[in-house]
Amino acid sequence: MTLIATQSLTKTYGNRVTALSDLTVTVEPGIVGLVGANGAGKSTFIKIMLGLLEPTGGQARVLGLDPTVDGHQVRARVGYMPEHDCLPPDLSAAEFVTHMARMSGLPKTTARERASETLRHVGLYEERYRQVGGYSTGMKQRVKLAQALVHDPDLLLLDEPTNGLDPAGRDAMLALIERIGTEFGISVLVCSHLLGEVERICDALVAIEGGKLLRSAQLSDMTAVTEVLSVEVSEGTDELAARLAAAGLPVRRDNRLLLVPVLDPDSAGVGAGDTALDKTYDLILTAVAELDLPLHRLDQRRHRVVELFATDPARVSGPVAAGTALEGAR
Amino acid sequence: MTTLDAPQTDRPAGVIHDIGYQRYDGPRLGRRYLVGSLYLHSLRTAFGLGRTIKAKIFPWLIVGVVGVVAAVLTAVRAQTGEVALSYAEFPEVLSILIIFFCAIVGPELASRDLHSGVLPLYFARPLHRADYALVKLAALVSATFLMLAVPLTVMFAGAAFMVDGIGAVWDELGDFLPALGYVAVHAIVYSVLALLVASLVRRRAVAAGAIVGAFLLTSPVVAVLSVMPHEAANQLAGLASPVTLVGGIGDWTVEEVGDLDIGPYGPLYGLVAVGFVVAGILLLLARYRKVAAR
Repeated sequence: MTLIATQSLTKTYGNRVTALSDLTVTVEPGIVGLVGANGAGKSTFIKIMLGLLEPTGGQARVLGLDPTVDGHQVRARVGYMPEHDCLPPDLSAAEFVTHMARMSGLPKTTARERASETLRHVGLYEERYRQVGGYSTGMKQRVKLAQALVHDPDLLLLDEPTNGLDPAGRDAMLALIERIGTEFGISVLVCSHLLGEVERICDALVAIEGGKLLRSAQLSDMTAVTEVLSVEVSEGTDELAARLAAAGLPVRRDNRLLLVPVLDPDSAGVGAGDTALDKTYDLILTAVAELDLPLHRLDQRRHRVVELFATDPARVSGPVAAGTALEGAR
Repeated sequence: MTTLDAPQTDRPAGVIHDIGYQRYDGPRLGRRYLVGSLYLHSLRTAFGLGRTIKAKIFPWLIVGVVGVVAAVLTAVRAQTGEVALSYAEFPEVLSILIIFFCAIVGPELASRDLHSGVLPLYFARPLHRADYALVKLAALVSATFLMLAVPLTVMFAGAAFMVDGIGAVWDELGDFLPALGYVAVHAIVYSVLALLVASLVRRRAVAAGAIVGAFLLTSPVVAVLSVMPHEAANQLAGLASPVTLVGGIGDWTVEEVGDLDIGPYGPLYGLVAVGFVVAGILLLLARYRKVAAR
């Protein structure tokens, strides 16, 4: 079943600001990343999916339902984690999530059980009886996720779930989302302005910019393993680059990383019974060992998704001037 | 004998198994359940139940003052046998406390959800927007009604034991029940205005001030109109403020001797009050149709 399908979806605020324009996209179940700069229309897209906003033009279908017509049915099967603060500071997480579960129609006892279970799944244990006002940002994000998850939705809409988190918190949140998508079997649409972040966990990616579709594809197409090894050493990167170049490997430098293309299988130096990959690994390891460098990392590199937007990489990775006009209107 | 420290080798007792995530395919209850749950939650919120002591101070302070007033009145009647204050006068005398109560509880019900950003979470669930607005209003009306009706009932119970004979109790009941209705009118009119103002202001303290302001804003108009050398203007003066509007209804219906001079305009007071409430509810619904959709 198709998770989300839109047809020429358009949303304008007043006559001036266009949040979404002629967006046609189909999303299959799984973990889907919705990427775009701030103001690209991500939040508007989510709100239309929830039936909270009416599109100005075009159509949308979520879980096979039209959110403008069957909004209540859609909202019963969807969980929503907003970008902004949405927690009452003077309630405990347990009470709040229980209340939200009841607001999704779960009977009283079930609501309480599922609330504590869900809070446990997102990593809140004894803290759940404390007032939310005293929580750290990371814990608040977990409560926000728990309230979206507590009624066991078929689809989770997460708007910038890693906002305000430190790197460790980001990793934990992303791991959690990945678990929800894979172990829990719930489809997730996760919004982010950080491509590098969602590409790690997503099955598919939709990139929008200025309300228009930039690209939509299954990530497996995008991040096929390439024949490049990346090497990271904590010191002596230049020496290693020189040594590898001398060994006949065309090394490329990418910040602290060295990118080494796998040897051509037909070229000289690749012995029988040895794959070109093994041989390349050997060469690198030998070089590192001989120079006695502290090796940090040596792995086969995936295509970075950014490279998919290589036509104009600044559009996705950098701040987009055209998109910021929307900030206030979202 | 099994003791706690005896090792149980046959089965690993006390091990918590992570059973993993479980899907839920039990019942999902409908609109009535959502409305009922939200109503109870809101009514508890109104009195700060299930919250910290800070949330309880103000509503219970007012409940306490009203309770003391009722207790004193009952005691005075028991001692002297005189009725210092009739049942119908009770809410009128306490009108400033009703305003304070609405100014505290109204923002607690409406502004708090706006300020903390919870509202989008409600509307991202199968709850109707109109239901949300009406439930919040119902909760405020109920809270205000309870705040007044419980002490009033205590007064009635006290009186019922004091008076002689079953006939006198019936007389008391005849005074008490209309007064209870009059209390409900107070609760409805005051709550509509208070909640409407609260739904427009995000900060609770500001909302509380705005509510008190909204009640007092037009009272000078009443004062000026009632000293005009024109009888109809004097008699219609009460329409200008919610406090005197409700007072006028009391004069028209439950009180033998009105404290306001409303002349023959009693039904008009009733009509204006109904119009006021209907308009307030429509504005409230309009407010919640748009809010949080940004």
